[in-house]
Amino acid sequence: MSNAVLKLADLPKAQPFVLSEEERHEIEHALGHYPDSRAASIDALKAVQKRRGYVCDEAIPVLAEAIGISAADLEGVATFYSLIFRRPVGRHVILVCDSISCHLTGYDELKGELVKQLGIQPGQTTKDNRFTLLPICCLGACDRGPALMIGDDHHGPVEPADVKKLLEAYA
Amino acid sequence: MSRAAKDAQYQKPLTRLIDLAAGPLDLAGYEAEGGYTALKTAVKTLQPQDIQSKVKDANLRGRGGAGFPTGIKWSLIPMGPNAGAKYLVCNADEMEPGTFKDRLLMEQSPHQLVEAMAVAAYAIGANLGYIFLRGEYVLCAERLNKAIAEAKAKHYLGKNILGGEWGFDLYVHTGAGRYICGEETALINSLEGRRANPRAKPPFPQIAGLWGRPTIVNNVETLCNIPHIVNNGADWFKALSQGKSKDGGTKLYGCSGLSNKRGVWELPIGTSAREILEVHAGGMKGGRKLKAWLPGGASTDFLLPEHLDLAMDFDTISKAGSRMGTGLITVVNEDQSIVAAVRNLEEFMARESCGWCTPCRDGLPWTVKIMRAIEAGQGQAGDIDTLSKLTKWLGPGRTFCAHAPGAMEPLQSALKYFRSEFEAGMLSCKLRAPSESAPKPAAPTPRETAKAQSVNQ
Repeated sequence: MSNAVLKLADLPKAQPFVLSEEERHEIEHALGHYPDSRAASIDALKAVQKRRGYVCDEAIPVLAEAIGISAADLEGVATFYSLIFRRPVGRHVILVCDSISCHLTGYDELKGELVKQLGIQPGQTTKDNRFTLLPICCLGACDRGPALMIGDDHHGPVEPADVKKLLEAYA
Repeated sequence: MSRAAKDAQYQKPLTRLIDLAAGPLDLAGYEAEGGYTALKTAVKTLQPQDIQSKVKDANLRGRGGAGFPTGIKWSLIPMGPNAGAKYLVCNADEMEPGTFKDRLLMEQSPHQLVEAMAVAAYAIGANLGYIFLRGEYVLCAERLNKAIAEAKAKHYLGKNILGGEWGFDLYVHTGAGRYICGEETALINSLEGRRANPRAKPPFPQIAGLWGRPTIVNNVETLCNIPHIVNNGADWFKALSQGKSKDGGTKLYGCSGLSNKRGVWELPIGTSAREILEVHAGGMKGGRKLKAWLPGGASTDFLLPEHLDLAMDFDTISKAGSRMGTGLITVVNEDQSIVAAVRNLEEFMARESCGWCTPCRDGLPWTVKIMRAIEAGQGQAGDIDTLSKLTKWLGPGRTFCAHAPGAMEPLQSALKYFRSEFEAGMLSCKLRAPSESAPKPAAPTPRETAKAQSVNQ
């Protein structure tokens, strides 16, 4: 019988989260820009996301301590902003503009082609962890719509016929 | 030929030094074209109040969309030796759908904005400033940071600017998404490292803003006008509109959607929408007819072809029942559905609501649900009436900020001008064609969609 009882000690432990030297340095650099350390919250979250793809739950208390605010406050910030990812994402995040100018110039067709080529819906990641597909508000590229970003790169106008070749550039 | 010589008459102050093929000027290049003259003039020969007066006399109105007079905004900030810490923030969170003008200024003329912020900070007595830049503008961040580093090395920024006593530090702060950050007080919360919910006003940021201190938040294009007003004076600035408007200066206008050309053009403020569309954008693509246009972003009322001859300035477009907003036109052609366009605009607004107050948080998804039903031909009796009521329930005075009232502007104008398109989307008890299958189930609500599409939960 006792074998069936779940003991706390047997549960898988969360991996301890340790900031890398580089991450710590970047956060300290950001802290120097503001008279109040809380203002570095987004910079700190981004420092982790830049190197790990997303911000895992274990990172929150460590980052909160580094900037001197409560973990609950930082969690509140981390869940508010759409470009702070709290779940793993693919190696390349595709942000497809779905605002009015792109809607009028071919967003539906572009999104349809992306969904077809990638085999995933917006909000999902490909099985090989190569791409995550997300919608984004107006990219300020209305002169080049329909537009999208892959990682830090802006592309547009992207015709459905261009999609296959465009994706090939991102291994 | 120097870049400035191409615009010897100084008719396009904001873009005269922009050369897309050659890229932005570095510090030496910018100085060679007269850059940082305004800062030198300001710090060495002018009192902060002198600059405030010039800006007030020039009647510069905010180019972020609201058109509030910059000089009046500045005049509310406490001055004098005991005023304490004050901050200057540049709103570079350009996310208004259909708007892409500030990106041009920051990518192609970064030193102009850096100089503008230094002069504006001097005018309001601030020692610290931030450029709140949307994170997706990667190239802007790179070029602005480079310009700031160059300016600092030359003592245009930092302590003891140009050998005087006044100092000003400037940093680029990049955001992490969310349209609401462009709202002045939400921007301040975001910059402080909080959730970007708007704050109740009053107190206005000029009295209690960033970290509770007096703060001025100005749009990129607004600020970029400041050095030119200092260099050339208020009368010169007013004359730039060439009598097309009682407002002064130029405006970055643009056009997107299915027009022949899409782009941004610096023109006298008050230039007609017709000139922007037909001359600069080359008319409608494929000879299709214009059906409706948004004067300046997703939160402005639709106007019709009959309004094209109106001067694009704040007061004229307001009188026609819309707002100039950011001044970048979005065109809808005769083949495109107004119902689908409004559905798209409302989906955007519903997703980007910060959720702080109920009319916006609940009213916008409701609006979307009805719009999706009407688009699918499944509108219910009373739906159009409900939409009309929503435009009042979510209208001015019922919400913390202008997000929901802005969202209602394209909807109320679409109901006014294109009611028959809404009526055509009503479910009617007509006989089905034999080939037609059963109606599809309703699409998910925006919140369900947002949840499914989000990876930040």
